[in-house]
Amino acid sequence: MFKRRHEPNHALTVYLDGDPITAAAGDMVAAVLLASPDPRCRATPVSGSPRAPYCMMGVCFDCLMEIDGVLNRQACLVPVADGMRIRRQPRPEPMALT
Amino acid sequence: MSPQYDLAIVGGGPAGMAAAVRAAAFGLHTVLFDEQPAPGGQIYRAIEAVAGGRPQDLPILGPEYRRGIALVEAFRKCDATYCPGTSVWQLTRELELGIVDAGGARMVHARHVLLATGALERPVPFPGWTLPGVMTAGAAQGLLKASGMLPDVPVVFYGGGPLLYQFAWQLAQAGVPVAAILDTGRRANYVAAAPYLPAALAAGDYVAKGLRLLNGIRRHRIPIMRGVSDFQALGNDRVREVAYRQGGTTHHMAAGLVLVHAGVVANCQLTQSVPCRHEWYGPQRAWRPVTDPWGNTDLAGIQVAGDCGGIGGADAAVHAGRIAAFEAARRLGRLSGDQRDTLAHPDRLAWRRHLLARPFLDALYPPSPGTLAPDDATLICRCEEVTAGAIRAAVRLGGTGPNQVKSYTRAGMGPCQGRECGLTVTEIIAAERGLAPEAVGTYRIRPPIKPLTVGQMAGLDDATR
Amino acid sequence: MSDADVIIVGGGLHGCSAAYNLASRRVKVLVLEKHVVGRHASSASAGGVRRLGRHPAEIPLAMASIELWHRLNELLGADTEFHASGQVRVAETPDELDACEARVALTRSLGYDHEILIDKGELVRLVPGIAATAQGGIYVREDGHAFPYKTTLAFRNAAERHGAIVREGVAVLAIERATHTWRVLTDRGRFEAPVLVNAAGAWGGEVAAMIGDPVPTSPVALMMMVTARMSRWLGPTVGSMGRKLSFKQSESGTMVIGGGYRGTVHPESELTSLDFAGLRASARTVSELFPHMRHVDIVRCWAGIEGFTPDDIPYIGPSKAAPDAYHSFAFCGHGFQLGPVVGAITAELILNGRSNLPIEAFRIDRFEGTGAAYRGDISR
Ligand SMILES: Cc1cc2nc3c(=O)[nH]c(=O)nc-3n(C[C@H](O)[C@H](O)[C@H](O)COP(=O)(O)OP(=O)(O)OC[C@H]3O[C@@H](n4cnc5c(N)ncnc54)[C@H](O)[C@@H]3O)c2cc1C
Ligand SMILES: Cc1cc2nc3c(=O)[nH]c(=O)nc-3n(C[C@H](O)[C@H](O)[C@H](O)COP(=O)(O)OP(=O)(O)OC[C@H]3O[C@@H](n4cnc5c(N)ncnc54)[C@H](O)[C@@H]3O)c2cc1C
Ligand code: FES
Repeated sequence: MFKRRHEPNHALTVYLDGDPITAAAGDMVAAVLLASPDPRCRATPVSGSPRAPYCMMGVCFDCLMEIDGVLNRQACLVPVADGMRIRRQPRPEPMALT
Repeated sequence: MSPQYDLAIVGGGPAGMAAAVRAAAFGLHTVLFDEQPAPGGQIYRAIEAVAGGRPQDLPILGPEYRRGIALVEAFRKCDATYCPGTSVWQLTRELELGIVDAGGARMVHARHVLLATGALERPVPFPGWTLPGVMTAGAAQGLLKASGMLPDVPVVFYGGGPLLYQFAWQLAQAGVPVAAILDTGRRANYVAAAPYLPAALAAGDYVAKGLRLLNGIRRHRIPIMRGVSDFQALGNDRVREVAYRQGGTTHHMAAGLVLVHAGVVANCQLTQSVPCRHEWYGPQRAWRPVTDPWGNTDLAGIQVAGDCGGIGGADAAVHAGRIAAFEAARRLGRLSGDQRDTLAHPDRLAWRRHLLARPFLDALYPPSPGTLAPDDATLICRCEEVTAGAIRAAVRLGGTGPNQVKSYTRAGMGPCQGRECGLTVTEIIAAERGLAPEAVGTYRIRPPIKPLTVGQMAGLDDATR
Repeated sequence: MSDADVIIVGGGLHGCSAAYNLASRRVKVLVLEKHVVGRHASSASAGGVRRLGRHPAEIPLAMASIELWHRLNELLGADTEFHASGQVRVAETPDELDACEARVALTRSLGYDHEILIDKGELVRLVPGIAATAQGGIYVREDGHAFPYKTTLAFRNAAERHGAIVREGVAVLAIERATHTWRVLTDRGRFEAPVLVNAAGAWGGEVAAMIGDPVPTSPVALMMMVTARMSRWLGPTVGSMGRKLSFKQSESGTMVIGGGYRGTVHPESELTSLDFAGLRASARTVSELFPHMRHVDIVRCWAGIEGFTPDDIPYIGPSKAAPDAYHSFAFCGHGFQLGPVVGAITAELILNGRSNLPIEAFRIDRFEGTGAAYRGDISR
């Protein structure tokens, strides 16, 4: 949905759902996601519908992703780091209570 | 335990930076927390990275953005301690701040607190506003500032307001085709705004800047539709097209990215969580903390400056930040009342002048009727996926206020804590019950206002005790 | 001229339950609520429907109440989100295991068999993910939890369907006894009825004093935390023998954490503030007992105001000072489960002059002459 205007000055590699992709130092995780072919970051807990980052300023909490093994990080506020592992979040399993 | 800081500032935008520079110059032991990785706030986001590493992007972002360089330089040089990447998740009446950064959660104690947390873009609910491919205009602009990224799919703008036109123009300058600007504004808005025009002209170059923008957009032949209503974003997994009504007919248009904007509203999350006293500010249809002319709230030691006290824009925010710093210096015993008045005088004049533009802008770009009273099927709470219809039903069942609606429907209970639904819920209840929004009130905001993990809470380093 | 047969002061769960139980027996009821229905404890509550570990005096009431809970949705024609997903109390040391045994022996000796001892294997089966330190505990299968605000509204709406009138935004300021009638003075004028019910929660002591029954009560802010939604992993509500804990997964998937840590009550504004040392302790308990919870986000913390008594059980029953007045307040942090039955008891007392359940232990004058401090007026 987005593309970079220029080659990054300091390129680094992060892993999105296991696939290596190039990021620039200073990018937020959500920016890298939005420059990838699939902008979706998660499925919602209530209906399982897809979401992508919406506000890019830490307000909407739509950009929640699993980053380095921790769920529900605000991807628009987390700067990338070399080797970072980023995952799209599936919908939590809504099994019924007995 | 005694306070670690004289002054704690939350927010590193124009207001917070300007306040820190002044406060530090008076020898106040000052700390500034901001959750962004670099100073600048929303308007000057990533200004150092652009100026230093991507100067090619400066011309697109325009001369206004460039003005941030000097502000940030002055801030970097001052003696205030700067804590980037640090979220403030709590503030108490005792002036204890809960903060969290990569190292964990802590409580710090200050003698005086200045909140400069800025604004957020007004939530604009419409069918499909949660689809991937719908973002705020500010979000896309933030990507340009922070990462030098531009849309590579057909862009449709929806809403109104200066920021929307500014970013449409920036995209056009950068060679990104803009399919259309779908403006909810009506001719009546011009009539309503006209009486405020002379004041706005006196405020500075606000009106001239607006006209230049419009001309620029015309030169780029971007179609502008006005009086748009019944807007929808359509698609399954992401936006494919939009539908809207204009001139009595329904139109469809292909779109890969919908950029929404309907002005900005004060970010009151922290002041509401304490809580400080707030008032409904009718012209902007939003809450703002009640303050005296120096930014003091009703609670001793808690001050606000900049857009979190009511929208005034970046230039007004700089002056408000300085004014607040003079007052903080007086309260902390560094200035007498007379000294404060003398020193603050030029900033107070300039601040008032900038605010003269607001009534005109508020009247010209009011939120559209569809934004204030969405259809029953429209989602209002993005986190918990609660529709306008469910909220209205809860009101009819006896959930007569925002907190009752919240308990009943879970609207406002998700991680955003009502930032994206609070204003709409207040408007809907007000309309349902025939009350004024101030009589309806808003959610009680509970800490942590930024999420904290169980482990971070368990490891909370409480230096205040 | 009477405005109703019965005036109920307080529109929390207990006021609404009493209103429903009276109105459904054709009594004309007027509920006066200072704010809005469910403003205080009854919406802040953790919603635990628990018999496990109750004070012996409360057990008969709790046993009768659970019967009602299991058919409450039908009775009220609304979904209270009650789930009988069980309650567990965990022991982590041999001493705590002994205490579990003693407790279960006690309830047996009183003639009840709802509490059962469970060993480590059974505990791990019920509560997967619990830390290895857990040794066993007590389990009550048919207990569970429900949605407090929805339950309160369900009682209110059912009461209104039976003709009860609920007035919100009416604060009771003074109460006078005239011949065969109660005059209730409020900020919205005067109301009269021959019978009065005090269901004013943490403010029940104030209202009791207006009637002439000064009793020791104090308002307490009980703190809670709730996390982001998780995949379903926990059925029963978990408490602890040795620590302050109440831990459950709500219907929506969020984890609701409480256990009795206290914040501060601001009497003037009726607001609360949180004590972070307490929240930290609460978070420590959770992360020690459930190590996988460490990375889960806390989304919101809050505190709700509840009335407490010196012996940690409520005031239920007739006034000592005056005829035709009844109390039902100060539930000491565990009145949610009792909501359905205590409303029924109050209705029985009013209509039949007696209750079939033993309520002697809850009488309003039990501290008379004991020197227990009177703190009815919480605005001090
Ligand atoms: C997305 C967006 C784009 C904008 N673009 C423009 C523009 O191009 N031109 C223009 O004139 N105006 C713009 N505005 C309006 C803008 O609000 C003001 O012009 C100006 O930025 C206000 O300055 P401020 O110092 O009051 O707040 P801001 O600049 O908004 O700064 C507030 C800072 O506080 C931080 N913060 C907030 N809450 C917390 C917390 N709990 N913990 C830690 N840090 C926190 C934020 O990260 C931010 O850096 C924009 C507003 C938004 C929301
Ligand atoms: C955080 C928390 C967690 C809890 N968890 C559990 C649990 O897991 N299990 C359990 O069984 N119990 C639990 N409880 C306890 C339970 O929620 C309460 O015992 C129960 O809700 C009390 O209901 P109530 O109607 O007595 O009080 P409230 O709901 O407080 O209602 C009293 C009402 O009276 C009104 N009022 C007061 N004074 C006046 C006046 N002068 N005039 C008019 N109106 C007046 C108030 O505004 C209020 O609405 C918990 C309580 C809290 C606070
Ligand atoms: S995109 Fe809104 S919080 Fe990250």
